[in-house]
Amino acid sequence: MKAWLPTFLRALLCLVLIAFLLAPQVFEPLLKPLVQPNAPAIYNQGSLIDLTLLHLRTVFIATVLATLVAILLAIMVTRPFGAEFLPLSRSLVNIGQTFPPVAVLALAVPAVGFGEKPTLIALFLYGLLPIFENTLTALTNLPRSVMEAARGTGMTDFQRLLQVELPLSLPVIVGGIRLSVVISLATATIGSTVAAKTLGEVIIAGLQSNNLAFILQGGLIVGALAVLIYDALTAVEALLSRRTGRA
Amino acid sequence: MIEIEGITKRYDDTTVVDGVSMVIEPRTVTVVVGTSGSGKTTLMRMINRLVEPTFGTIRIDGEDNRSMPAHELRRRIGYAIQGHGLFPHRTVAQNIATVPGLLGWGKSRTAAKVEELLALFQLDPATFADRYPHELSGGQQQRVGVARALAAEPNILLMDEPFGALDPIIRAKAQDDLLAIQKHFNTTIVLVTHDMNEAFHLANKIAVMDKGSVLQYGPPAELVRAPANTFVETLIGETERPFRLLSTGTACAAAEPGEAEGEPIREDLSQQEVLAELLWSGRRAAPVVSAGGAPMGRVTLEALVKRASRLQ
Ligand SMILES: Nc1ncnc2c1ncn2[C@@H]1O[C@H](COP(=O)(O)OP(=O)(O)OP(=O)(O)O)[C@@H](O)[C@H]1O
Ligand SMILES: [Mg+2]
Repeated sequence: MKAWLPTFLRALLCLVLIAFLLAPQVFEPLLKPLVQPNAPAIYNQGSLIDLTLLHLRTVFIATVLATLVAILLAIMVTRPFGAEFLPLSRSLVNIGQTFPPVAVLALAVPAVGFGEKPTLIALFLYGLLPIFENTLTALTNLPRSVMEAARGTGMTDFQRLLQVELPLSLPVIVGGIRLSVVISLATATIGSTVAAKTLGEVIIAGLQSNNLAFILQGGLIVGALAVLIYDALTAVEALLSRRTGRA
Repeated sequence: MIEIEGITKRYDDTTVVDGVSMVIEPRTVTVVVGTSGSGKTTLMRMINRLVEPTFGTIRIDGEDNRSMPAHELRRRIGYAIQGHGLFPHRTVAQNIATVPGLLGWGKSRTAAKVEELLALFQLDPATFADRYPHELSGGQQQRVGVARALAAEPNILLMDEPFGALDPIIRAKAQDDLLAIQKHFNTTIVLVTHDMNEAFHLANKIAVMDKGSVLQYGPPAELVRAPANTFVETLIGETERPFRLLSTGTACAAAEPGEAEGEPIREDLSQQEVLAELLWSGRRAAPVVSAGGAPMGRVTLEALVKRASRLQ
């Protein structure tokens, strides 16, 4: 395969996605065969682009929060004072992962009400584990001679963390964020069951009115977003690893 | 001055360094030699407190090295780690500038220092300053590691097999540069090596370690003439003894009044090098000149032969 082909396909996917969001009616002839003769082929209960942006916003907020908390947690349990919390924090984060997302939503609704909040809570809990695991792996597997050198040059613990440990761990941390984002993009669709504004609305509307075209366009937009974001973060990760000489 | 007093390091039940006491005079080069695993690195790391001793004290210029925060102590002591330990995410220039950065040196002073050190270690600043460590050869990485240890002009320099990966030509140059730096800044150097030639070339005093203990600690000539035991004798090498003795003295010290034919010899060459030169050129004597070229008498084969003998 030619080297430019993947890049070309990605660019094409990106263009098609943008075109579909800006002018969905152009694609109507393509989706028309999938629906009953007089049913709408393009989602008509709201703007697709607005839903996409809200979907992304929810995922973004949840991922940023999960990243901050997961990294802080991983830093704490890899310091001497926090070492005894390592097993505890691992199991806490694991529990977050084994809980089905629907259960988290169901439990969160009575506490915080319908809307975006329960979705954010579910996505946040789901996003924690991959980032925490990766950060922990990175921080505990730094090259020994480099760590010794960092101590030997007279860096304080804090300077070592900021100037050596975190920069060297960054590629692996980004790998964790990438996994977390992809999981969140998919899980966010479920948020629509508790009235969060996400692309799940399109899919649910399709299920309720037996409209295959709605289901398909909701699913495809989420899928395309996931592929594009995954690829972009993979590229960032590769760039960072190259800079740290670990590629 | 580094005073090591009754230092012992244990990991669980294994004693890695066992009751070592030695005084390292200021402005000297002390070389630590010994078998692999004999505790050389561990002993050295207790000086800058990368390892905390189980028993004993180490005083630096009369002060217990635990009297200040460890990180401040380490900024004052250059440390070239075994196997370079460069920061992979920082360029060569940034690596060298580490300690100056921690000490808060200004930009221009740091940049000038980095440039000076790169040039000193034969790494063209234009080519190498902005490279990352993984873009260097092993020998180049090692030189950058030594340059980083030297950057803040520390009074004390700990070097753990700093020249192991260098080719013989660059190694000889690096050794001479190290001695020049040592003279210029009056640095106290403690250096670990497996290379006995390097040890004899650099050392004012040599410490021989085995199984955590220092078997003998003294000037190189003393180790040759009066080895403490067979281990030291073997380490020095029976067939090498006369040459090792010669390698500890300079041409200047062996010079006598008189004339000689042929190419003159610089006074700062070692007597071993002078012997090689005489043998190779088939002469019985050679004139000695100072670095400036002023005549300083001659060195004869007889004089060297006498100096190479245990009877001397
Ligand atoms: N952190 C540690 N925990 C347990 N044992 C250790 C530790 N560090 C070193 N040792 C042991 O202490 C002994 C001495 O190690 P050290 O690194 O001082 O040897 P060395 O003389 O520098 O050897 P080399 O010439 O191979 O570098 C070795 O047997 C080593 O396995
Ligand atoms: Mg060692």
